[in-house]
Amino acid sequence: MPTHPTLADDATDPGGTTDGPPGTAPPPRSGGRPRRDREPVRPGLLAKIALMAVVNALGVFGVLAAWREGHVGILVSMLVLVLAADWVYFSRRTLPLKYVLPGLAFLLVYQVYVVGYTGWVAFTNYGDGHNSTQADAVSALLMQNERRVEGSATYPLTVVERGGELGFAIVEDGEARVGTAEQPMAVEDGATVDDGRVTQVPGATVLERQEVLARQSEVTDLRVALSDDPNDGSVRTQDARTGFVSVPSLTWDPDAETMTDVTTGTVYHATSDGWFESDDGQRLAVGWRVMVGLDNFRTAFGDERYAGPFVKILLWTFAFAILSVVTTFLLGLFLAITFNDTRLRGRRIYRTLLIFPYAIPGFLAALLWSGLLNRSYGFVNQVLLGGAAIPWLTDPWLAKASVLGVNLWLGFPYMFLICTGALQSLPGDVLEAAKVDGAGALRTWRSVTLPLLLVSTAPLLISSFAFNFNNFTLIYMLTNGGPRFADASVPLGHTDILISMVYSVSGLDGTAAKNYGLASALSIVVFVIVATISAITFKKTKQFEEIN
Amino acid sequence: MAGTAPSSSAPRMRPHRWFAELGWRHLVGVVAVVYAVFPIVYVISASLSQGGTLTGSNRLFATLDPANYEALGGTLFWTWLANSLQIAIATGVGTVLMGAAAAYAFSRFRFTGRRGGLTALLIVQMFPQMLAFVAIFLLLISLGNVVPALGLNSKLALIAVYLGGALGVNTFLMYGFFNTVPRELDEAAKIDGATHAQTYWTIILRLVTPILAVVALLSFIATFGEFIIARMVLQSERSWTVAVGLYGWVSALLEANWGLFTAGAVIAALPVLLLFLFLQKYIVGGLTAGSVKG
Repeated sequence: MPTHPTLADDATDPGGTTDGPPGTAPPPRSGGRPRRDREPVRPGLLAKIALMAVVNALGVFGVLAAWREGHVGILVSMLVLVLAADWVYFSRRTLPLKYVLPGLAFLLVYQVYVVGYTGWVAFTNYGDGHNSTQADAVSALLMQNERRVEGSATYPLTVVERGGELGFAIVEDGEARVGTAEQPMAVEDGATVDDGRVTQVPGATVLERQEVLARQSEVTDLRVALSDDPNDGSVRTQDARTGFVSVPSLTWDPDAETMTDVTTGTVYHATSDGWFESDDGQRLAVGWRVMVGLDNFRTAFGDERYAGPFVKILLWTFAFAILSVVTTFLLGLFLAITFNDTRLRGRRIYRTLLIFPYAIPGFLAALLWSGLLNRSYGFVNQVLLGGAAIPWLTDPWLAKASVLGVNLWLGFPYMFLICTGALQSLPGDVLEAAKVDGAGALRTWRSVTLPLLLVSTAPLLISSFAFNFNNFTLIYMLTNGGPRFADASVPLGHTDILISMVYSVSGLDGTAAKNYGLASALSIVVFVIVATISAITFKKTKQFEEIN
Repeated sequence: MAGTAPSSSAPRMRPHRWFAELGWRHLVGVVAVVYAVFPIVYVISASLSQGGTLTGSNRLFATLDPANYEALGGTLFWTWLANSLQIAIATGVGTVLMGAAAAYAFSRFRFTGRRGGLTALLIVQMFPQMLAFVAIFLLLISLGNVVPALGLNSKLALIAVYLGGALGVNTFLMYGFFNTVPRELDEAAKIDGATHAQTYWTIILRLVTPILAVVALLSFIATFGEFIIARMVLQSERSWTVAVGLYGWVSALLEANWGLFTAGAVIAALPVLLLFLFLQKYIVGGLTAGSVKG
C-alpha cells in the first residue's frame, strides 16, 4: 500500500495548480500588500470587513455582558482579544499574525490559560465547602442557619414577578416595599396599596392565586433580605399571604472575623485554611477559598488515604502505558512483516480487515468488550469458555490483563499501519549493500532493518505512550477503575490510571466530594511526568533542531 | 476474504517451500483477521438478536430481528448522534482552517518570534488539554455567567474547548507537509499579481488537500469519541453526545440495555468506519508522514 509517496504525488499533482477563477474561493482575509488606487474593491476585502464587523459586534456584546456581571478578568480578556483582532486584520505589518491569530486565540484561552489556572487551583483548597470568597461563605452561612423570631412582626404579603424573578411585596408602616432573592427590600413609591395589601407594582406583575399554587415550592423557598445587612434577616412566607421575618441564628462580626451562635453563644473564628472554627475544634459547614501552598501535594504524597493508592496507581499507569505500547508494537510489527511480501495474494484484503478495530471509536470498543467480558453473561465466558465464570473485570490481576488485552485489540492496527509504512520506505540501497556485504536475512534484519525502523517509528511510539498514559476512555468505560481497593476510603481501584484518579478525586462524576484543589495538584504531577518524558524524547529525536 | 486459493498463487513452488514462504502468512492472516473482526461480527449479531439482553446475544445470528434498531427511535439516540456529528464536524472544519493557516504562516513567512513560536507550540502540545478538565469546568462556569452560549451545557462551548487544542497537536503535521510544497509556486503567483490571501486560498490549500483531509478526519474521530470533557460540559440529556449517552445505557443496566447499545454502536461506528476505509490511503500516509519525515 502506498504510504508517504502517495501524499507527495498528490501534493505535486498539477491539477490543483491551474489558476481557478479568482471568484471561486473568495479570500476572507486580504493580504497586507499596498493596494493600487485604481484597483477595484475585491470581494475578499468586503468579506473581511463583514467578518470583522461581526467579530467586533460579538466582542462589544461580550464586554458589556462582562461589565454587567462585574467580571473584570473576562472583560479585560475580551477587550484585548477584540483590539488585537482589529489591529492584526487592519494593519499592513502583521501578515503572519493574520494567519496565526484565530488558532492562537483559542489556544491561549482554552489551553494555555486553563493549564495555568490548573496550576493556581492546585495551590488552593477549592472544592466542596470552599467554593467562593469569605463574604459569600458568610452570607451562605447566615442564610442556611435561620430561625423564625418568636412573636416577631408579620406583614401582609403579595407574591410578584419582576424581570423573570419571583419577589415579595410587603406593607410596613403603611409603605410598600418590594424585593427579590437578589435585591433586598426597598421602598416602592409607585405601588398601589389596597386594603392594607399591595395590589399593583409598576414594572412587575402580581401573581394570581392560581399561579402561586403552581409555583408553591419556589414561593416557600424564597427569602428576601430585609436590608443590605445580612444580620437583619429576611422575609419568608408559608402561605403566600403573610410574611414573617427570620433572622440568622449566627451573627457576623466583620471586624473580628468571628461568627457567634446566638443560641449557644459559641464563637467561631476564621482560620487561615478557610474555615470558621470554634475553640473546641468545631467547624461551620461552609468555608471559603484560600491559598494552601503545597498542602494538596502533601496530601497526594503523604496522606495515607491518597498516598497508598497514588503509588499503586502511578506504577500501574506506567506499566499500562509501557506494556500497551510494547504489545501493540510487537503484534503490529509482526503482522506488518507477515504481509510485507509482495508475492502474497490478498494482501490488500487482509490489511483492510485488520484496520477495522482502529476505525471503531474507542469508547464503543471499550463498552463492547465490557459486555463480552462480563463474568456471568459475557460471550467470552459463556461461549468461548463453555460457561466458566472467570472474573475478567472484577479480579485485580485479571482486570489488568483484560485492560491490556482490550487495548491490544484496539491499538495493534495503528502499529501495523505505521510499521507497514516504515518498512516500505526503508531505503533499498542500504538493504542491497547489506546483501552485497554477505549478510544473511536474519543479520540484515537485526543490524539494518530493525534499527532503521525504530528510528522512524520512535516518535510515534512515544506519542502512543503519552496517549495511553492518559487513556481515560478505555479505563473508564471498561472497568471504571475497578475493582475497588479493599482498604481505601476513596473511590479508587486497581485499574485506575492517573487521569481517572484525577477524575474521581475531582468529584465531577458525583461519586465523591468535590476537591478541585487536590485534583489539580494531581494533574500537575501528571503534566510534569508527561512533559519530562516528551522533553527527553524530543531531545533524543532532535525535533527541536528541525525547526529552522 | 482470506480464501484466496493458495495453490494458484505460486504454481511452481513445491508445497513444502510454499508453506515456509507464503502459506504461514495466510495462516497468520486468517487468525489475525478473526481476532480483529470477531467483536465486530458479534456486535452486528447482537444488535439483530431478539430481546436485547446480554445473555440472549450469545448465539451468533440466531435471529435477524430489527427490533433493537426500531427501539432506538423511542430513545434520544438520534438526538445524541446528531449532536455528536454537529460537534465533530464543526471541530474538524475549525481545526483544519486554524491549523492550516498557522502552518502556512510558519512555513512561508520569516518573522521575529517564528522559531520561538514553533518551540512554544511544541511545548504546549506536551500538555494534554484533557488533564486540565477541572480548570476548563471552572472557566466555563465563569464564562457562562457572562455569555451563556460559552458556558456549561452548550455545544458551542464544547466546540470552542476542542478548538483550543487544535493548534498544538496538528500544526506540526501540517507544517511538515506545507514545507514540501515548492516555494517557487508562491513566487510565481506573486509575480502574476496574486495577493498572499489569494495564493493561500487558491493555490496552497489545493496542493495540501491530502493533509487537510487527514487532519480533518483524525480530528473528527477524536472528537466523536471524546468523553471526559463532553460529559462534564454537556449536562442535560438532550445535548449529550453519543459517547456520553451510550455510556449511560451500558453503565446503568448492562443486561437490559444491551440490545439498544449494540444497535446504537453499529450505527455510530458505521460513518467513521466507512470514512476510514474510503480514505484509508490518505490516513495511512498521514500517520506515517510524521515517522518518515520530521
